[in-house]
Amino acid sequence: MSTPVKQTSATPLGRPHAGVGDRFRLWWNAQSRPAQWAFGVPFILFIALVPILNIPVLTTVGTNFGAVMAQFGMIALIAIGLNVVVGQAGLLDLGYVGFYAVGAYTVALLTSPDSPWNQTGEGNWLSQDWAWLAVLPVAVCITAISGLLLGSPTLRLRGDYLAIVTLGFGEIVRLLADNLGEITGGGRGLSQVAYPQLGQTEANPGGLFSAGNVAGRINSGVWWFWLSLVLIMVVLLFVGNLERSRVGRAWVAIREDEDAAEIMGVPTFKFKLWAFTIGAAIGGLSGALYAGQVQFVTPTNFNVINSVLFLCAVVLGGQGNKLGVILGAFIIVYLPNFFLGRTDLFGIPINGNEIANYRYLFFGLALMVLMIFRPQGLLPARQKLLTYGRQLYVAARRTAKRQHGDAGTGDQHGTTGAEEVSR
Amino acid sequence: MHRRSMRAALVLVAAATLTLAACGDKSAGGSGSGSESSSAATSGASGSSSSSAAPAGGDLAINPLVQIDIDGNEVEASTGTDAVSPAGDGSATCDGVSVAMAGALTGPNAALGLNILYGMQTALKEHNDANANCQVEIKQFDTEGDPQKATQVAPQIVSDASVIGLLGPAFSGETKATGTIFSQAGLLSLTASATNPDLTANGWTNFFRGLANDAVQGPAVAKYLTGSAGFSTVCVVKDNSDYGVGLAETITEGLGDAADPSCAADVKTGDKDFSATVQLIAGAEPDAIFYAGYYAEAAPFVAQLREGGVEAAFVSADGTNDPQFVDQAGSAAEGAYLSCPCGPAPEEFAATYESEHGQVPGVYSVEGYDLMTIILSGIDSGITDRAGLVEYVKNYQGQGLAREYQWDDNGELSSSLIWMYEVG
Amino acid sequence: MSSLLSVGALADGSWLAVPAISFNIEALGDRFWSLTIEGLAYGSIYALVAVGYTLVYGVLRLINFAHSEIFMLGMFGQYAVLMLLGFSPSGNAYAEGAVMTIVYLGIAMIGGMLISGGAAVGLERVAYRPLRKRNAPSLVFLITAIGASFVIQEFVHFVLPALTDGELGGVNAQQPIRLVEQKEQFTIFGASVTNVTLIIIGSALVLALATDMFVNRTKFGRGIRAVAQDPTTATLMGISRERIIMLTFLIGGVLAGAAALLYTLRVPNGIIYSGGFILGIKAFCAAVLGGIGNLRGALLGGLILGVMENYGQILFGTAWRDVVAFALLILILMFRPTGILGETLGRARA
Repeated sequence: MSTPVKQTSATPLGRPHAGVGDRFRLWWNAQSRPAQWAFGVPFILFIALVPILNIPVLTTVGTNFGAVMAQFGMIALIAIGLNVVVGQAGLLDLGYVGFYAVGAYTVALLTSPDSPWNQTGEGNWLSQDWAWLAVLPVAVCITAISGLLLGSPTLRLRGDYLAIVTLGFGEIVRLLADNLGEITGGGRGLSQVAYPQLGQTEANPGGLFSAGNVAGRINSGVWWFWLSLVLIMVVLLFVGNLERSRVGRAWVAIREDEDAAEIMGVPTFKFKLWAFTIGAAIGGLSGALYAGQVQFVTPTNFNVINSVLFLCAVVLGGQGNKLGVILGAFIIVYLPNFFLGRTDLFGIPINGNEIANYRYLFFGLALMVLMIFRPQGLLPARQKLLTYGRQLYVAARRTAKRQHGDAGTGDQHGTTGAEEVSR
Repeated sequence: MHRRSMRAALVLVAAATLTLAACGDKSAGGSGSGSESSSAATSGASGSSSSSAAPAGGDLAINPLVQIDIDGNEVEASTGTDAVSPAGDGSATCDGVSVAMAGALTGPNAALGLNILYGMQTALKEHNDANANCQVEIKQFDTEGDPQKATQVAPQIVSDASVIGLLGPAFSGETKATGTIFSQAGLLSLTASATNPDLTANGWTNFFRGLANDAVQGPAVAKYLTGSAGFSTVCVVKDNSDYGVGLAETITEGLGDAADPSCAADVKTGDKDFSATVQLIAGAEPDAIFYAGYYAEAAPFVAQLREGGVEAAFVSADGTNDPQFVDQAGSAAEGAYLSCPCGPAPEEFAATYESEHGQVPGVYSVEGYDLMTIILSGIDSGITDRAGLVEYVKNYQGQGLAREYQWDDNGELSSSLIWMYEVG
Repeated sequence: MSSLLSVGALADGSWLAVPAISFNIEALGDRFWSLTIEGLAYGSIYALVAVGYTLVYGVLRLINFAHSEIFMLGMFGQYAVLMLLGFSPSGNAYAEGAVMTIVYLGIAMIGGMLISGGAAVGLERVAYRPLRKRNAPSLVFLITAIGASFVIQEFVHFVLPALTDGELGGVNAQQPIRLVEQKEQFTIFGASVTNVTLIIIGSALVLALATDMFVNRTKFGRGIRAVAQDPTTATLMGISRERIIMLTFLIGGVLAGAAALLYTLRVPNGIIYSGGFILGIKAFCAAVLGGIGNLRGALLGGLILGVMENYGQILFGTAWRDVVAFALLILILMFRPTGILGETLGRARA
């Protein structure tokens, strides 16, 4: 567990023409920040519009594409949070679903009429329209605290011990929700959870985010997707800045060699606890979104299998790479829905439901094959220079270009940007 | 060297297989020579159900015992012979109309969803064969029984203009998550299996339940157990499903003092080992055990109860009322009482169903058939829009295979009767 | 952990509506011995499965997540063998007297062992060996194991029924073939001991001793220990690492197969495609509890887990069984971070 990306951590500077991905990465890293935003914002806008553009083939048939994208938004958040723990700090967490559950249950317990702790009643502090929004930070805080409480006794454990302890924690959370029926409703779950009350109209008494809003192209699923997209952006900025800070460097050090990091003066326990807490908080945020969108929370949704699927999303996409794990989340959520209800694909008749039935078989096979041929994930992480990176990448690109233009020195792959800078 | 060891391993496996085969022949043939107990091996080989020391599951079936009302009193069963037929009079005309079915069709909860779907398909086939000018289609929507998945599926159902009625959702959880969607769309939501009593308290005008809810089944069975059956102490064991928790609550309430809290136990769906629960119950020495849950756990549970020396009557409800229960529990299932808001499948229906789907009707198959028949009769009467169908069902009154169907203002059946079955 | 603490806080009823968690100490006292014996029987099954996890971990530093499916295949293996012998589903195999019962028991156990052992070795060759050649990090092994676990489960779920004409696999559990009729043999301190319990504990004991002897006394066992301690040096000393790894998987698989048979004696209805998963996780817990990589630790961990779980579910209620198991694991790891007996098969980790 301690060396997840060691293999792949060869810097792009070492092999400037490694592939399309690396060339793109090099180009991207060399852009100035405003230029990055100028390219990034239209791309994000495009992603946001995907569910309403009704693109043929891409749009799901058997399930509503907007609602699928809403789920993708939540799982993407989960993947980003889990990536902090697994990809960046190198701590294997098999019970991440526990935090998802804590977040969802916090919202449900405080806003569902079925719960004895319901605070939405007349005169209570959550009786307003913005109950969901008000409870969101509460959910995030409580989940972060639960991460802190789980982490402080257990983070002294290494690798696989930590894995099984977190797995146990995830199961304990689910079983508590199941067994404490008087509070959580047990297997009956908690229904009528609060959601953002916005844009109520005659035709749409529940508002834009209400599950009932399914008329037209921009349904509640799309709204939830947009909301989660905004939250993803916020979280990405936050995590990205952390990554480039002292904390991020400490995480990398811990991931690569914990003992060495400790000896070099990194307070490893403290930073591991940070990773755990931040990861947990992001998981809780996603859980709160889940509770709001489905408006119904029940323990069965938070089992080990989902924990494992989240981990798969991270590894599939490329652990350590924030965009990679988002891609991983998309694949995990989207693929099973892709085949559902589909009767033909590019004119070839297929029985989509039958294929969807075998999804775990194909998924398992795909995981095995992928791990053999691309163990670093679809979009692998590259170790980046965290400080003064851009200047270096600009230089590296310049070198690469010059070499490329100069036909006579085609074999000079060894000359790197680093040398260019050092001159 | 390496290759040789591999080959050696292969030879070893082959030898073991041969030995096995040889042993098999010998045991089947050799034991036939004398003892009467040899039938287990020999008759098994010929494919028929074996029986020697104890009768195997093959001899047992779930037989209807009595129909009861909410107070546990026996009610004369209405005969299903004059049930409305989905075929109608054969002169219906319609075009491009379809009925949606939403429920778990894949995944671990698929069995119940498929029972409903197959029941619907049986009705549909009768209808479409008889009415050449009205070919209705069933559109299947798989929710996997997962509430979030249901919220993704529901908009597709609503936005499909050809769908004028929905049979489902199958489970209470997904119904809670999607109720507003169907309610706002004004789409008929006729459930054949969601028995959570709260569902009809949401003010949904489009929601109708085609069977008695837990709030009826629980008290009725409880009164029957303490009354006609004469049990004075009952252990209530429940699983952790929405259904199990809700049912156990109403049963415990209905039993009153007869429910023994010291042996009330919880199991989890997926459990197969119940030794501690069995010990708990053995210590309490009850007259009967009520299990609120599904057959997948009920079968091993009853088997382990009997092996653990507990002879008390085993009672369970609709989740267990499935041929699989008897198959898996074998002789231990004998004498078990199973309640169900579902009526017994008439033989003719059972035969058709089995020939079409390769399995005998299970829980909710009859409901799927009956409710589909109601929707089809509405379509045959010329209804082509969603509002019309909701109105039709609201005012519907007619005999089905399982019971008489007529709904009150909330969408509950106006007369909810429970059937008791006995395995024997 | 946090959840445990919060239960404590809830229990004193200081805030809002709180559930009461009752402690049924009386019932525990009444049935202490029978709970212990039952727990030991269940624990021996955990122990046998845990050996598979622990050996593979000791040699490869790999959580073989798919080991639970190897166990599950063992259940189907012994069932298939019994069907080949001519027993029909829902039949009884014990009708022909004690001798034949033992013969059938032996054959079924060998069948289960062969299938499980073969599957474990096959899994190693197909899934893990290519990764080892590429020197993949351990998380990649874990994900592969998860993938393999899905594949094996879904194979039994969907493909096996198609191959066997619906006789094996599918959504529902197999109709049980009962090998042994459960009968009380004698009582200890008022607790009845059945023949099934005796067979389970006895067979598990024999197998555990044999495995321990094999690992500690034989040439192959020395090889396993050597590779676990230092693969490079072991290779230099003329030990074929690949063969040792295969052997390790084989032993783990064979024991899982034996455990599968013992499990079906106790839970004849447990033969289902999803039947291995939770048991596998518990067995892994047992391995970690005893000290993963440590053979005797796995055996001890299994027994402790089985017994404590049984006490716990009477003490707190049957719904708390898994909570007790996981909470116990977390507690023990907090005080002994490398398990009860520590890691001895391999080197202690830094």
